Formats: sequence, C-alpha cells, structure tokens
Amino acid sequence: MTSHSAFWQPTASIEVLQKRALLMRKVRDFFAKRQVWEVETPNLSSATVTDEHLQGFSTEFVGPGAALGRTMYLQTSPEYAMKRLLAAGSGAIFQICKAYRNEEAGRWHNPEFTMLEWYRPGFDHVALMQELDELVQYICGTEPAQRMSYQQACIQHLQLDPLSCSLDTLREAATQLGHGDLAAKEEDRDTLLQLLFCDGVEPHIGQIRPCFIFDFPASQAALAKLNPDDNRVAQRFELYFRQLELANGFHELDDADEQLARFEHDNLKRRQQGKAEKPIDPYLLGALQAGLPACAGVAVGLDRLFMLALDKPKIRDVLSFDIGNA
Amino acid sequence: MAFYSTNEFKAGLKIMLDGEPCNVLENEYVKPGKGQAFNRVKIRKLISGKVLEKTFKSGDTVEGADVLDISLSYLYTDGEFWHFMNNETFEQIAADKAAVGDNVKWLVENDPCTITLWNGSPITVTPPNFVELEITETDPGLKGDTAGTGGKPATCSTGAVIRVPLFVQTGEVIKVDTRSGEYVSRAQK
Repeated sequence: MTSHSAFWQPTASIEVLQKRALLMRKVRDFFAKRQVWEVETPNLSSATVTDEHLQGFSTEFVGPGAALGRTMYLQTSPEYAMKRLLAAGSGAIFQICKAYRNEEAGRWHNPEFTMLEWYRPGFDHVALMQELDELVQYICGTEPAQRMSYQQACIQHLQLDPLSCSLDTLREAATQLGHGDLAAKEEDRDTLLQLLFCDGVEPHIGQIRPCFIFDFPASQAALAKLNPDDNRVAQRFELYFRQLELANGFHELDDADEQLARFEHDNLKRRQQGKAEKPIDPYLLGALQAGLPACAGVAVGLDRLFMLALDKPKIRDVLSFDIGNA
Repeated sequence: MAFYSTNEFKAGLKIMLDGEPCNVLENEYVKPGKGQAFNRVKIRKLISGKVLEKTFKSGDTVEGADVLDISLSYLYTDGEFWHFMNNETFEQIAADKAAVGDNVKWLVENDPCTITLWNGSPITVTPPNFVELEITETDPGLKGDTAGTGGKPATCSTGAVIRVPLFVQTGEVIKVDTRSGEYVSRAQK
C-alpha cells in the first residue's frame, strides 16, 4: 500500500460512465444508418506526424526482425492509416480509437483520449460540416450550428483582417488583450493569430449554438487542400461550442508532392526551433501517389462531445481514469 | 538561479516577472485546436500584492524567484524598522514599513509571524491568523446587550480599530481574526 492507494476510484462516476456507453452506441448507430463502416487501424506506427505542435509518444518494439529494438510511435490520430484504406478502395469509413498526445493535460486535455474520425469520398468540407452538425445535434441535442469564415470571425471580434494585416497589427491586438510581453518578442505570425483566436475569438463564438470556423489561413492548412478560389486560405474547418474545440476537418489534400513538401517544411520549422525532426510516413506518401479518392475527413474529440452532452465541465468527469491516476 | 518551464508551474511556485517575485496561483493549459499551446497562469505579485493573469507559450521558461517563508517572533519597533527574531538561533531581522504594510496593526510582541524573504530581505510580514489585543478605548455599552446587535468600534493597543459587541469593555483582551479584521471572542484567561 502506498499513499496513492487512496486514489483508486474512477474520476468519472459509474452513472456517467454508463451514460457514456449509451452515447457511444448512438455514435455507432449514426454511422451504421449512413452505411459508413467501422474500421480499426494500428495504434503503433513506424512513423509519426511532423506537425511542430504535436508531440507523439514513442516506445520500442523488440521481436523477430527487430532484435535490437525498433522505435514505434503511438498515433496522434488514425489519419494516415485511414487514408491508406481509402486509397485501397474502402469507401466511406469511420473509426473510434485512442489517440495519444504528449505534453497535453489540463481541464480540457488528457494525453490519451478517445477520437472519432471519419472520411467521406465524394464530400467536400462543406458537405462534411453538414454531416458533423447532424451528429452533434443527435448526440448533444444542440441547435443547428452557425458558420463563419476565419477571416469574418477575426474581423468581427478582433477588428483586423488576419489574411492581410501586418505583424505589428497582430502584436498591437495581442497587447490590447494583455499579452504585451509575449507579443513583443513573437516573430511568428501564426503563433500570434493562435493567441488572438484563443483569447479574443473563442470566448465570443459558439456560446448558444455550435459554431463552425472554416477557411483557415494557408499557413495553418495542415492536411487540407488550398481553396482554389483564394489560395490564401485552406479548406479546413474547426467546430467550437462553449469554449471547447470539438473537431477539426479537411477537404483532404490528395497531392503526394504537395504533402511531402508540407512535411519537409514542418521538419524545417522543427530544426529551426531546435526540436527533433520526425520520420515522414512513407506508406502515406505511397498511398497518395497511388491515388486518394477525392474526400473530406474530420476528427472529433469524443470525450469533449460527451462532456457537452452530459454537461460536465472537465474532461476527467467523463473518463474512467485520467492521467492523474491512470 | 533555476528556471522553470510552464509544465512545472503549479500553485505555490515562486517566479520572477517584471523584476518582481510572484507566487503562482493557478495554471491552465489551453490549445486552439491545431497550433501553438498556451498556459494561462494566475499570479500574485508578492510586493505589490496585485493578482494578474499572464499567458505563456507552453514550454517557455521563466526564472525562479529566491523566495523563502520563515517563522519569526515579533520583538519591537524603533519607529523605522520592525524587528523579528528566530527563537532558536536568536538571529534578528528588521523589516521596513513597505514590508509590514497594513499588517502593522496586528503585530503583538512575541507573536510568531511569517516573514517572506526575497534574496534574503523581508518583502512581506504576515501575522498569525488570530491575535489577542487589549482594548484601550471604547464607549461603555448598555447593560443586557448581547453579541450580534451591530456592536461598536473599539481601539486596541496596537492601533487597530475593531467592531466589537456592546458588552465588551475597555481593558478587556479580545481575540481577532487578522484575515478578515473581525472580532471573534473575548480572550480565554
């Protein structure tokens, strides 16, 4: 027995966990009705994401063919493996799985969390936003979501145009929100935009009904296609409700060369910041070269969706055990 | 001097900010979907007493503050400094008016006080939660009154003015809560 023994109890109540099980069934039911089939992909992968703001966990595989040990990464999302299934002709698929992100813990974060991710061949991001909206209404009983472009949201709540304003304008706006010290030494446009969005936009959107923000700046495209009518923005969307970021979706980039260039750019940024470079997933690039069907995909933080459905303020309130007593 | 990353921030950690030692009160992790993560940190400045919110990029480091709380007995004041002593080593420390601040009215000889030292110098003096003070002046109350009827002001030996029940008289010793400045009871004899 140690002093930790006293903290053996689940962080969520049994009653909440039973409700969570029912919600989980409703999610599966939603996709079954729409002929989207459930898949499972590996949690362990030989490569990981290059995104400078995502820190993966790694472990060591020892066994046949890897006598001296081979580094394996826990997935930060099942995106790459699911795209390989799509390229192999799966059609519409969804997955409910654990995703792992190091350095993320707090009121709304647990380093190991449950993700719902699905892909719709033939959909663009607009059609997928509609389907996600229907899922959220079905699970949380919310009203239909509002839609607003990233640019509109910034103009309305920060009185600046995020696509054309100067770095100094961003710094000034951050200073007005009380972040003068941070802003003064910040050279990165996206970091300032993210700070402003966190503090100056998020608290004002999606309070009564969920709110989609779409057309993010191209510099924050991640794995989304650029908008063919305005290449300053990418066909990426996020869903917010009551200060919670619930989902991130893309009209999926299907160009292998462009994808490789973005991964290499990520690694360049990592090098510049003194962070370790990450291995680029050769299997994903192979699948993109073979041909990813035109599709849109989205990842939903399922724990957060359940927090809203069950009216719980902290992620630990809907988890059997959080990182504190895992 | 040690540096602390935002991952090490927790209530009670002492850090330097704008050249002033501060106490971390709360630390909240926020992330705007994809992108840079931030820590929203609530901080109390230890000299000015101001509470403020400050946002850091997650992973940023901040210099620690060499701040130490020690328990010392109050001895006396010479008008310019207030003198305190460690009862075991008999070592003495003098705090100035800025460090003592409004708490001067709670300082009673031989009471154990918490002295916060920054780089070895006192920056704040915190009295015990309860002190016993002698009343030097108060209006005579009406007989038969009990506690809870609004009371009357009473001046104490340290200069503190407290609202006391009407039955408490000049010359009596009362127990006071220094955090709220309120009368608790007559002192036990």
